[in-house]
Amino acid sequence: MAERLLAVRDLKVSFRTEDGIVRAVDGISFTVDEGEVVGIVGESGSGKSVTMMSVMRLITDPNVIYEGSIVYKGRDLMGVSRDAMREVRGEEIAMIFQDPMTSLNPVYTVGWQIEEQLNEHYDLKKGQARRRAIELLTQVGIPRPEQRIDDYPHQFSGGMRQRVMIALALSCNPDLLIADEPTTALDVTIQAQILELIKNLRREFGSAVVLITHDLGVVADIADRILVMYAGRIVEEGNKEQIFYDPQHPYTWGLLGSIARLDRPKARRLTAIAGQPPSLINRPQGCSFRPRCPQAFERCRAEDPQLTAKVGEGHLDACHLSVEDKRARRDATINPELAETA
Amino acid sequence: MSSRDRGPLLEAQHVVKYFPIKRGILIQREVAQVHAVDDVSLEVQRGETLGLVGESGCGKSTLGRCFVRLLPLTRGEIIFDGQDISNLTRRGMRPLRRELQIVFQDPYASLNPRKRVGQIVGAPLAIHGIGDRRERKQQVQELLGKVGLSPEHYNRFPHEFSGGQRQRIGVARALALRPKLVIADEPVSALDVSIQAQVINLLADLQEDFDLTYVFIAHDLGVVRHVSDRIAVMYLGKIVELSPAEELYERPIMPYTEALLSAVPIPDPRESAARERIVLEGDVPSPINPPSGCRFHPRCRYATDICTQLEPPLVDYGNGHLAACHHPLNVDNETLARATVDERRSPAGAHEAAKPIQPAQRAR
Repeated sequence: MAERLLAVRDLKVSFRTEDGIVRAVDGISFTVDEGEVVGIVGESGSGKSVTMMSVMRLITDPNVIYEGSIVYKGRDLMGVSRDAMREVRGEEIAMIFQDPMTSLNPVYTVGWQIEEQLNEHYDLKKGQARRRAIELLTQVGIPRPEQRIDDYPHQFSGGMRQRVMIALALSCNPDLLIADEPTTALDVTIQAQILELIKNLRREFGSAVVLITHDLGVVADIADRILVMYAGRIVEEGNKEQIFYDPQHPYTWGLLGSIARLDRPKARRLTAIAGQPPSLINRPQGCSFRPRCPQAFERCRAEDPQLTAKVGEGHLDACHLSVEDKRARRDATINPELAETA
Repeated sequence: MSSRDRGPLLEAQHVVKYFPIKRGILIQREVAQVHAVDDVSLEVQRGETLGLVGESGCGKSTLGRCFVRLLPLTRGEIIFDGQDISNLTRRGMRPLRRELQIVFQDPYASLNPRKRVGQIVGAPLAIHGIGDRRERKQQVQELLGKVGLSPEHYNRFPHEFSGGQRQRIGVARALALRPKLVIADEPVSALDVSIQAQVINLLADLQEDFDLTYVFIAHDLGVVRHVSDRIAVMYLGKIVELSPAEELYERPIMPYTEALLSAVPIPDPRESAARERIVLEGDVPSPINPPSGCRFHPRCRYATDICTQLEPPLVDYGNGHLAACHHPLNVDNETLARATVDERRSPAGAHEAAKPIQPAQRAR
């Protein structure tokens, strides 16, 4: 049985703004075990990045308000001092971001940046840090690392820059790697390379990975467990098989339906989710997804659905529909044309 | 006479676009060239959607911009609706701008943040002097309704909208002059998957309502398959495969297309695990010094000596399916014997006699 690495309990992150309090993350709980790959899926503004930025304590906005607890290896990170947090970042938890150009420093060579991080965390001699940096660049598949180590970020392509970011993240052997939309800015071919790399690294280093994305296709191959987030809350949680083959929440159906799939006959129309995500200042009454949900009925307005297990162990969802109703209706949402012909 | 009989809406003949790289402070010398588009010939038929796919840096956006003459050509011709537009002056182009429009990738950068939506969408009408102020306002509000926004949005600023809504504004602006051809340059790449579906459905509806022809540029093959009638695959400035959409997915001929298709993630864990994934090594080579022969050979798993030496011509395999490859996939000997070199569309540098002799075999 794998050890529990991270346990987030009832995390709330809100921002005070002129217009009111924005509840970016509104009471979410989840865990990550050692060596596990957890996918967090949702649209822009669903709170997936804010959640993981909070775990890293990287939010610098003075108007932020936190509630709840973030326990990492038995230690609550909420109460940890800034200096102690610096130790945790890098050595214990590392993060890679969507845009590798803005997250690398353009005026230093990549070697300098990796060496800086190594020197910050370990007591290394001069040549050692450089040797280790070359080793890391080799591991993430950068050709001719001995020469490329002295190049600046702009001399690398997008995919190669993301590899540099991964090398940087892995430099102190973290137990948890957070990847925030690591492939969104990249071509599909390069996306495939980076996902392959993350998979291999997890095998080699055994680190747990939290992968944030808006594309369910990306996590299908790599994630063990998936959290679907909507408007700052988890609306469905389950393992890969449960989410893809027995999805319970109409929002998950919508996400599955909006993908133009290569493995199915071409659909006449994609099933888009109508409308926009709700305002996080004035959340809709009842279920937050109700205004966009084609299945909504009276109870959805009156009562906020709770995240509970209805269909099996570890498979949670927040929806008032009965399991039978869901199973009967969902194909019509995910793939109406297949449902018609069947 | 139906519009179909009048030939293609847009024809590109041996279009070449090089960007000079200059050195020197006072006297600038040209030291090299970026071969962004290198001898591309293709047609866009009336009413169809032509998909243009390839990795970043393959020249697909440059080609799209050449089509609407946002960039001057280095060589070659572009014929729009029977008229050669490749050498028209800015003034000469102006009346044609009404018929050729473009939707850009980044809905954040392509809308002026200091202008109201009404001004942005109404600008093309004002420039071309269509209607008076009141009529224009009415037209713009109608357009906003057509693209799924509401007429009340007329006085808002772009920052008040989400990415998907902004892209709708961009679409409304492109349609204001009732163009014949719209170049959609990665119109959904910057959007969430769920919002992508909305915009794609919108583009499909508008195509019917306004009788539009699209050139749809994207790197996501799932999206391109969904919207396109025909698809052109580009690699380092060349067309390497051109095919009816479904056929391209059922039997890709060019190994590059095969690799692109296999890289598209499939939202089904079991199928995803069962599928053979061809991970292309490395990046697209530099378009300053493109590889010799077939430009894909350094990354191709079927490559042999001939690929490094001779540039393959575009070969017609029947049914409008063309590919430039010495080792075609999914082709039997019979089809191969029938196939002919398409001399009109093949690049001038290609060896016309170099029709492939046998189907692909794994070399490494």
